[in-house]
Amino acid sequence: MADQEGSEGRKVDLLLDSTLDSVDVAEEAVLRDAQDLGFDEDDLHKIGMSVRECMVNAVVHGNRYNARKKVHVMIQRTADRLAVVIQDEGEGFDMAALPDPLANENLLRHSGRGLLLIQAFMDEFQIRPREPKGTEVKMVKILAKAS
Amino acid sequence: MSVKLTTRQVGDVTVVDAVGRITLGEGASTFRDTIRDLSSSGHKKILLNLGEVSYIDSSGIGEMVSGFTTVANQGGVVKLLNLTKRVKDLLQITKLYTVFEVFDDEAAAVRSFA
Repeated sequence: MADQEGSEGRKVDLLLDSTLDSVDVAEEAVLRDAQDLGFDEDDLHKIGMSVRECMVNAVVHGNRYNARKKVHVMIQRTADRLAVVIQDEGEGFDMAALPDPLANENLLRHSGRGLLLIQAFMDEFQIRPREPKGTEVKMVKILAKAS
Repeated sequence: MSVKLTTRQVGDVTVVDAVGRITLGEGASTFRDTIRDLSSSGHKKILLNLGEVSYIDSSGIGEMVSGFTTVANQGGVVKLLNLTKRVKDLLQITKLYTVFEVFDDEAAAVRSFA
């Protein structure tokens, strides 16, 4: 793990094994920064859950628990913004080919709701293929200003 | 803490009281096994009390949906009781509010199976 404090805020870099234990490690690391920034209980829940969903995708569907593959987690926080980037080394996938989890014919599917939840819980969400392979997800939560 | 499930009978309705987290791994598999066991042993009216469930992830939601279809395929039905705000939000986001019948009152939920 590498910590950096600079003009662009605080950055944390984690290189994690493709195990479910890494899901907890990433969630705890992100929530430490989110708490320090001042997110409330509800936002902390949303941030934590989004990180868990994304990490599960990276470990289970991306790297498929492969011990030779890593999950790279980057956390960056500024005064009012928490950004988390999660990269896996898997085969990647076509977002457009994923079934719509809100379509009536898909409501009773067992899986396929993780990305939907992340998009609902975070303020910004981007997903893109990595070169030569893998997937990168970037998600951002913005701290609401106290009124 | 993963999920702890306790089963009790109220008339012909089987109430499953869940406490803890229903997430990928032990929590979700405990949940799946319990619903499947109930279904295969002939329980057709299952009321799932989620009032003490602090956290459900997408795997947990998936198991709830699978439990619903497993029981429905045996001619039964699963209904939900005492959802926390967070679980209600999840059902709204995933549109599963349109699938599950949800109650805040156990007696009314039990009567609804009649």
